[in-house]
Amino acid sequence: MPYAAVHAPAATAAARASGLTKVYGAGETRVVALDSVDVEFGRGRFTAIMGPSGSGKSTLMHCMAGLDAITSGSARIGDVELTSLKDRELTRLRRDKVGFVFQAFNLLPTLSAYENMTLPMAIAGRSPDKAWVDRIVRTVGLADRLAHRPAQLSGGQQQRVAVARALASRPEIIFADEPTGNLDSRTGAEILGFLRESVHALEQTVVMVTHDPVAAAYADRVVFLADGRIVDELHAPSAESVLDRMRQFEGRVRTS
Amino acid sequence: MLRTALRNVLAHKARLVMTALAVMLGVAFVSGTLVFGDTVAGAFRGASAKNLDGVAVAVQDGGTTAAPEAKPGDFKTALDDQLAQRIAALPGADSVRPTVNGRATLAAKDGKPLNADADWQNLAVNYAPGKDGKDPLYPLAKGRAPASSGELALDTKTAEKAGYRVGDTVRFATDGPALTKKLVGLVDTDDPRVTAGGTLALFDTATAQKLFTAPGYYDEITVGARPGTDQVKLTDEVRALLPGEDAATATSGQALAEQQSREIAESTGSLTKALLVFAGIALFVGAFIIANTFTMLIAQRTKEIALMRAVGASRKQVVRSVLVEAALLGLGASAAGFALGLGIASVLPALLNAGGAGLPDGPLIVSPSAFVWSLVVGVVVTVLAAWLPSRKAARIAPVEAMSTVDAPPKTRSLVVRNVAGALLVAGGMPFMLYVAGLDKPAEVDLLTALFGAGLFLLGLIVLAPLLSRPFIALAGRLTQRLYGVSGKLAKENALRNPRRTAATASALMIGLCLITGLTVAAQSADRAVAAEATTGLAADYRISNSAYRGIDRDAAGKVAEVPGVSAAAPLASATGETRGGYLSLTGGDPATLGKVTDLRFTQGALADVGPGKIAVSSELAKERGLRVGSQVEAGLGGRFVDGVRKGATTKTFTVVGVFEKNRTVEQALGTLGDVLPYATDQKLDEVLVKAESGASGLDGKIRDALGNSPLLKVQDRDQIVASEVGAVGTVLNMMYGLLGMAVLIAVLGVVNTLAMSVFERTREIGMLRAIGLDRAGIRQMVRLESVIICLFGAALGIGSGIFLAWLNSGITGGTLPGYETVLPWLRIGLFIVLALVVGVLAAIWPARRAARMDVLGAISAS
Repeated sequence: MPYAAVHAPAATAAARASGLTKVYGAGETRVVALDSVDVEFGRGRFTAIMGPSGSGKSTLMHCMAGLDAITSGSARIGDVELTSLKDRELTRLRRDKVGFVFQAFNLLPTLSAYENMTLPMAIAGRSPDKAWVDRIVRTVGLADRLAHRPAQLSGGQQQRVAVARALASRPEIIFADEPTGNLDSRTGAEILGFLRESVHALEQTVVMVTHDPVAAAYADRVVFLADGRIVDELHAPSAESVLDRMRQFEGRVRTS
Repeated sequence: MLRTALRNVLAHKARLVMTALAVMLGVAFVSGTLVFGDTVAGAFRGASAKNLDGVAVAVQDGGTTAAPEAKPGDFKTALDDQLAQRIAALPGADSVRPTVNGRATLAAKDGKPLNADADWQNLAVNYAPGKDGKDPLYPLAKGRAPASSGELALDTKTAEKAGYRVGDTVRFATDGPALTKKLVGLVDTDDPRVTAGGTLALFDTATAQKLFTAPGYYDEITVGARPGTDQVKLTDEVRALLPGEDAATATSGQALAEQQSREIAESTGSLTKALLVFAGIALFVGAFIIANTFTMLIAQRTKEIALMRAVGASRKQVVRSVLVEAALLGLGASAAGFALGLGIASVLPALLNAGGAGLPDGPLIVSPSAFVWSLVVGVVVTVLAAWLPSRKAARIAPVEAMSTVDAPPKTRSLVVRNVAGALLVAGGMPFMLYVAGLDKPAEVDLLTALFGAGLFLLGLIVLAPLLSRPFIALAGRLTQRLYGVSGKLAKENALRNPRRTAATASALMIGLCLITGLTVAAQSADRAVAAEATTGLAADYRISNSAYRGIDRDAAGKVAEVPGVSAAAPLASATGETRGGYLSLTGGDPATLGKVTDLRFTQGALADVGPGKIAVSSELAKERGLRVGSQVEAGLGGRFVDGVRKGATTKTFTVVGVFEKNRTVEQALGTLGDVLPYATDQKLDEVLVKAESGASGLDGKIRDALGNSPLLKVQDRDQIVASEVGAVGTVLNMMYGLLGMAVLIAVLGVVNTLAMSVFERTREIGMLRAIGLDRAGIRQMVRLESVIICLFGAALGIGSGIFLAWLNSGITGGTLPGYETVLPWLRIGLFIVLALVVGVLAAIWPARRAARMDVLGAISAS
């Protein structure tokens, strides 16, 4: 391990934030995006982060994934404290421990579907675990599309490649940022199904940022964020219950 | 539309920087050349006007009055004191300045000859005092004018170069032996020959006449007119006094000034033209960068353009907005380029003079036409280069405004392009093959070959996208093996847009093709010349006269006495006519000749050559049908009058041998006794010296043995070869410098393409950073792409350069026997390394930009 492993007392969580604060700007333009957030993302669980625009849900994900610097507090992936890492170590950490699924697919147009899937391993200079990759390919149903370039694939297929890429290196945790934002509802449901399956069948950990209650309903647990704070959470949600909470909580915000 | 275009230029200024720089450099080259040409021509005109100041009529000797065999000191011209007096008596004549013009090569104070190899610049004239006792052309700076046969004056710069001071004894030579005179004064001059590196020596009139003409005789008389006198009329009056048109000519000062001005314009004009060719190449390379930039800008702006179309802009308006944008860019960059060109033109004369060019001083001349042309050229090139991309913009459909972010760019088929390229390449070949097949190519054929080469290169540029695939796939395999994923991504990036990669590489290819082609041709020629120069040459030293005035016939005997000399072979030559045509007969001493040159006889032997018996080269034998036993009747010596040899002596020789010609003996060989009487001034051309084994550094002793005249030229073997190979290296270096601009612009193009590609791939780079490629990896990826593109350009350029040089070897080698294309591996290797270095350097800035990208901003960039 190139980065110093800081051992937490009991690491049952795949990722954990405590007192996580993120402030943009200074003086009059100062914006507190995250205000001392404490949250845990359980290993082998599918967590959704919900909240209105500007609630800080994307910022929380970026900070937890080591993409954005933290102003104060702590963010850990496994037992690694992110705040102590330099850019190079953060890059390594993302490469080896984190998987990403973005809203806009973000595949390399020059590489085939298979090469895109195994890119993190190629970057690390490791050879992919053949059996594992085969299993993922079968799960996302891309076996006959491996040699295709992204341009030859539909949006849904491209996002399946992105999901497969996030899974292929068997990361500690996968962050998905509005993974269905650019898809129609049917293909979106397919992608969400794969994410859930990767948690339940393949024992992965997924944290997904979304503003869509239907998408959130695929998760095991939903965390609600508003004004940079965790305001609520819900276990084993359904679309209705999520929508319900949203309404309550939006009402609360409005009346407050 | 103008406002949109202006906004676009301003909005994309960062992305247009490299393109603007490319245009700027090309225009700077053009304007620098134009202004430099005007300035130099102006300075020369100024200097010549100064020299002609006050000259109303110039009378020049025609050289026909003196006896054919007249020697300096007895060379009676048509211009004598009497004529000078008669001209002075003309009512319109105010002053008469009779002059004697010759050449003298000086020895510096340390004994080394000064500027000996450019004897025509080493002026020696009489000090011609006017009415006030001073020579208006040569104002005295120090001391006094030469007044007796033992005195001379020099110009200040010459004296300084030679290390002489007033009072010193100066050694010099006018045709043969060294002479000495006392330096009594220094004068100033701005004669262009002297400022260009020559020397000036002044004698009193009687001494000058003894050295160059004959007592009382001049070779030029310049006449000053009284105020109000008509120059043409005075010229006619002077002409009436002359003995005849052959004997002497009279020209009016105006006509002389016009003539000089025309000559100056011609010589600077041809220099300007040559430089403009290179400026044109630089601009042509720049055009690729402009076209590439606009293609990329339009691709990036697809949605914007589609939106404009959707809200009602016509195709024409879209095209116009792109072209106006190009014109604005071209105008701005050209203006900056013109300013840079002014800077170049103002420092260039000083720079060239530091290298000994000897350009006269003069103010910077900026003509309106230079300004206008620079801007026109810059704008026209930019707009033309943007024309094709603008057509692409016109094809953007309004509906594309609504398309999603990730719509992959449509890749248009390369089929049409490949066919066109193949046709061009195939079309160029027959022209070159035709010329390559010719025995003796003429100048027209050179143009034909150039045309063919042009078609071929154009075809290659058109085919470059096709060729890029296999090359980059191959290079990529290597980078992938060496650098892993960065290498693979670099390869894929270089492959993803073959047109862009090809255009970028083509810009580099043009410069490298020309550089390589010239290098191959020049080095091959060098090799052939050097080989020819040394073929059969066994001599260690060559003694000759640097002004081609010949060597005294007793020189060989004197040199033979020098310790360490094993043999000294005198060589003379005479020209003559035979029934078969012109004959050059070399005279040598059969006993010593064999020691300094390796003449191979196919029939007979060197020893057979004797009085009345000659050997001929196999070429001459074949041409004239000669063999051993043939009789050759030759009219030798005499001199040419109106192209006809007069006063020749007819001699009959018997052919006793046939040899293979070499540098020392080209056509025919006779004895010294048979040849010398018909040689110019009955002098030897040269003496070849063979040193005893182990003896070296004999040149000083040889010089001393022969009186160490400044005109004496003693070369060792290396110098003999170097003098034959001569200026090829210098010319090549100049070409490198001139083509360097084209390469520099191509490098800007690589930077430009990479920077714009990095910008286009912002999201990808962000994703790569997010999933774990570190900054070094990103930098490596960009750097490798750059290196791959540059190496592709180098491969195309070097490959085509070698190919063209080889195919056209018939032209370069047409006049050089033994010419063979040799590949200068060292230089070629150097060029490849250069391309590698250029690739790495060009990537520095784009790679840094890519690596410093903010990950979050990059991922979400649209």
